[in-house]
Amino acid sequence: MGLLDAKISKHNVLVTSVDNVMNWARLSSLWPMGFGLACCAIEMMATNASNYDLERFGIFPRASPRQSDLMIVAGTVTMKMAERVVRLYEQMPEPRYVLSMGSCSNCGGPYWKHGYHVLKGVDRIIPVDVYVPGCPPRPESLIGGLMKIQELIRMEQIGISRAEALKKLEEKSMDPSQLIQEARKSAKAS
Amino acid sequence: MGETQENTSQLPEVIEAKAVWAVLKEKFGDAVSEFDENPTMPFFEVLEPERWLDIALFMRDSPKLRFTYMACLSGVDYPEEKKLGIVCNLESLGELGHKIAVKVRCEREGGVISSVARVWKTAEWHEREAFDMYGMTFSNHPDLRRILCPEDWEGYPLRKDYEVQETYHGIKVPE
Ligand code: SF4
Repeated sequence: MGLLDAKISKHNVLVTSVDNVMNWARLSSLWPMGFGLACCAIEMMATNASNYDLERFGIFPRASPRQSDLMIVAGTVTMKMAERVVRLYEQMPEPRYVLSMGSCSNCGGPYWKHGYHVLKGVDRIIPVDVYVPGCPPRPESLIGGLMKIQELIRMEQIGISRAEALKKLEEKSMDPSQLIQEARKSAKAS
Repeated sequence: MGETQENTSQLPEVIEAKAVWAVLKEKFGDAVSEFDENPTMPFFEVLEPERWLDIALFMRDSPKLRFTYMACLSGVDYPEEKKLGIVCNLESLGELGHKIAVKVRCEREGGVISSVARVWKTAEWHEREAFDMYGMTFSNHPDLRRILCPEDWEGYPLRKDYEVQETYHGIKVPE
């Protein structure tokens, strides 16, 4: 927020809305539940570790669903695990967020056709807020997804539902294809 | 073809395995099939599956064989012959050094193979896996439960004619 850098020396007064303060508090200390399901979890661990250092965003894994407000579904959700995922989700206090990381958890990934034991998308059992594509997504993508969760929290207001917040987020988001095209062009030129 | 077969039978592993097989053939007679000089993994089949446990014990304890180590036990489905089977890769690890594979087959529906979990500890979980994936039972296994699939899963996923169930506990399974 830049408050700490602003060198407040006199007894100043800050005026803001309750929504802003609450959202700021929530998005600055997202605590994911510490669990991983497959190869994607390795990438999630790498993101948590010192190279990518999620703690600078106030994100660090908790050992219990009761202390977490974010579930990163990192990896292959098997049918056997699916019911456990639901139970863990139900144990999390609200407001809770779900980030689906990687193709497996988004839609079954490489097990789409012949993986008899794989749930074809974790959104069949719990509501997902942000999907991060990739197999596995690089730490940068995961951080991108986490930033999206933070943006979603910024959209929240007292009295509006999650669906409405998601809608607001969607309206605010832009289509990145233009940027990608430009980046490609400049990469070719150089 | 004939020539390559000549050559493969000269491989030292195959010669050793053949010597192993000869010992077993002498002891168990018709219960042991002819020897297959497969260069990757020479094998024989146990033709009288009820004697498989005796053969296994003999292979482990006979001073000439000393198969101390089971490297792997896999299941196989033979739908045309209406059979299921297992393939056991055995090795005399750190002792005589030879290796051989043993195949045992049983009926496809309700087939039973005697468990060798008490002969080689490795077999315990591997037999559970074969049971989980193919559905044959292992008699006298200490703890024959599914090992990977949920306990109330329907069907045996690695059978050639397997069809996945529509729902599991109310969750849609197929794509
Ligand atoms: S999406 Fe790819 S990397 Fe991630 S769990 Fe599935 S198979 Fe592994």
